[in-house]
Amino acid sequence: MSAPTYTLPFPRARRQRVETSRGMGLGESLATALEAIGANKLRSLLTALGIIIGVGAVIAMISLGQGASANVAQRLQGLGTNLIQITPGSQRGPGFVNVGAGTRQTLTEADAAAIQEQVAGISGVSPVISVNVQAVAAGSNWSTRAQGVYPVYQGIENWQPQAGTLFSDQDEQDGGQVAVIGQTVLDNLFGNGNTGSGNALDAIGQTIRLNKVPFTIVGVLASKSGDQDNTILVPFSTAHVRLSNLTYVGQIVVQASDVSQMDSVQAQMQTVLEQQHRITNGNDDFTIRNLNNIIQTAQSVTQTLTMLLAGVAAVSLVVGGIGIMNIMLVSVTERTHEIGIRTAIGAHRRDILSQFLIEAVVLSGAGGILGIVFGAAASVAVSHVAGWSTVIVPQAVLLAFGFAAMVGVFFGYYPARKASLLDPIEALRYE
Amino acid sequence: MSPATTDTSMPIVQVIDLHKDYHLGSNVVRALLGVSLTIMPGEFVAVMGPSGSGKSTFMHVLGCLDRPTSGEYLLEGISVKDLTHDELATVRNQKIGFVFQGFNLLPRMDALGNVMLPMMYAGVTRPEREERALAAIRAVGLEDWATHKPSELSGGQQQRVAIARALTNQPALILADEPTGELDTRTSIEIMAILQRLNNSGITIVMVTHERDIAAYCKRNILFRDGKVITDRLVEERRIALDDLAAIAQAREIVAV
Ligand SMILES: Nc1ncnc2c1ncn2[C@@H]1O[C@H](COP(=O)(O)OP(=O)(O)OP(=O)(O)O)[C@@H](O)[C@H]1O
Ligand SMILES: [Mg+2]
Repeated sequence: MSAPTYTLPFPRARRQRVETSRGMGLGESLATALEAIGANKLRSLLTALGIIIGVGAVIAMISLGQGASANVAQRLQGLGTNLIQITPGSQRGPGFVNVGAGTRQTLTEADAAAIQEQVAGISGVSPVISVNVQAVAAGSNWSTRAQGVYPVYQGIENWQPQAGTLFSDQDEQDGGQVAVIGQTVLDNLFGNGNTGSGNALDAIGQTIRLNKVPFTIVGVLASKSGDQDNTILVPFSTAHVRLSNLTYVGQIVVQASDVSQMDSVQAQMQTVLEQQHRITNGNDDFTIRNLNNIIQTAQSVTQTLTMLLAGVAAVSLVVGGIGIMNIMLVSVTERTHEIGIRTAIGAHRRDILSQFLIEAVVLSGAGGILGIVFGAAASVAVSHVAGWSTVIVPQAVLLAFGFAAMVGVFFGYYPARKASLLDPIEALRYE
Repeated sequence: MSPATTDTSMPIVQVIDLHKDYHLGSNVVRALLGVSLTIMPGEFVAVMGPSGSGKSTFMHVLGCLDRPTSGEYLLEGISVKDLTHDELATVRNQKIGFVFQGFNLLPRMDALGNVMLPMMYAGVTRPEREERALAAIRAVGLEDWATHKPSELSGGQQQRVAIARALTNQPALILADEPTGELDTRTSIEIMAILQRLNNSGITIVMVTHERDIAAYCKRNILFRDGKVITDRLVEERRIALDDLAAIAQAREIVAV
């Protein structure tokens, strides 16, 4: 008989309680969970797919939404800040459409002067005359719009010269026949019509004829975006005399010195203009618009859109979580016998709980990582194909991943707990 | 050699008036009807009896897998009744090695993995686990089959894996429910040789068997009927499995010549 290999392991001391603190490490639980996931690869992949799509959708949608917001913000930035616009005609509330609003001729340069004198808290006022003109220069023709404005308007609207200068107060006083042209006009008169084809330096000092009236180009405006570049700015006094024979102006633009002044400036202007126009019954023949509000509205619209898209995507994430729960429940039922064996040979509730919980979290975590990759790839692809700019927001990535992991814990907990509560003999009887 | 820690004066198992009822709807099945027994360290007990007499139920109670409906069970003087789910798990892990009738191995793991499992729950480090598992696998003579999955092993080999798994945490008590039930005579005797060797090393063994021949390798035979112990006697002419195996080998040689 061979020498005994086994000796009795523990002293025969009388203990009424059994020492239960002993550890199965996290590494062990993780290895067990990975082994179970690996044993059923296709099913694990399909389970994770719900999370992959959910996280990917959240990231792609937030990226696209943020891209759209950034686009809008960029466009709006060119408009200038704290602007208030006055146009002729009234527009007094919803449902009331004043026929011909904006075409009625009620605003004059005198109104602008009155505002300049009587309203406190403004940093600039300019009347604007818009005239459709046929521009001719360097042997080319271009149909565009000329705007007669005070020199201060160039600053109000955030225009910067890319070459030459803006026109001056002197030009305004003298009725100088000088013009500042936008990028689109430059491209069409001094280039081949493609964006950026015109050389700004070529244009400086050249003569441009607007409806046959000659002007000298003193500056070219730096490009903003879109249709704002299709313009020619000339001194108000010159436009008034040479291009338009009307005494009325198309609009008056006012810049408040501070955003906090907007409401007060708007109210004061209302009073001043009502006095100017001798209106006592409140039947205003002009409309005052706070452009900040318009900007805020546009921004909140894109923000809402982003939230909406993210919300829809989040729903798919929850659906993915329910998929995990479903599979984990099946898995617990399927492995009842295994749970019975593990419990019978000494697994504690915590061991079984962490095994299944870790399995669910690993599934959703791996799904989350893949989802981030797919979501980022999708946003990059969309920005290439559709020409949208997309912004991959790190917070959105963290949020989506964190949410995916939480989905794993949340939807994995119930099946895991169910597994851990099984009695060994009942679980073993289950085939 | 007798282990130094064995206190031979205290029973390892003491059951007093054990009852177990199963409720099936409105029916009550009385599986155990007042079993009282004392098993001392170093004993080797065969539990026998007709089908349905309560042998497996009794073993499950002894193995802390199931709780009795009433009665007292003291395992090494500890009243099992008072222990929690997790404390029972620790008792099963540390003090008892259970060899199931249907082996109950995890199909996805190889023999070594299965044998290491109880030590994982005991918090034994991986290198030590492997070392001890290999020792246990060697003790049951399966060293060439350590990396095979249960589905690649014969019934006798699976039974040996199950015994090795029961050994790894060095239990004081091994409980085996029909460890030779599905095996041929020769393999059954091989299993009994392993159990006899373990018993000689000081481990207390209680096993269920239907066969008188197998019960003859034990030291004490208990007969169950209808949930009660009706006979409890010591084996007079105890068989030694190693001798019988040698005899079988010799007989074969003669046939071969
Ligand atoms: N989970 C259960 N639910 C209800 N009745 C049960 C359950 N387990 C066992 N029984 C009943 O308890 C009695 C004893 O069963 P047990 O399994 O202990 O018998 P056994 O002696 O091991 O029989 P065998 O030799 O066939 O294995 C039987 O009448 C059986 O039907
Ligand atoms: Mg049985």
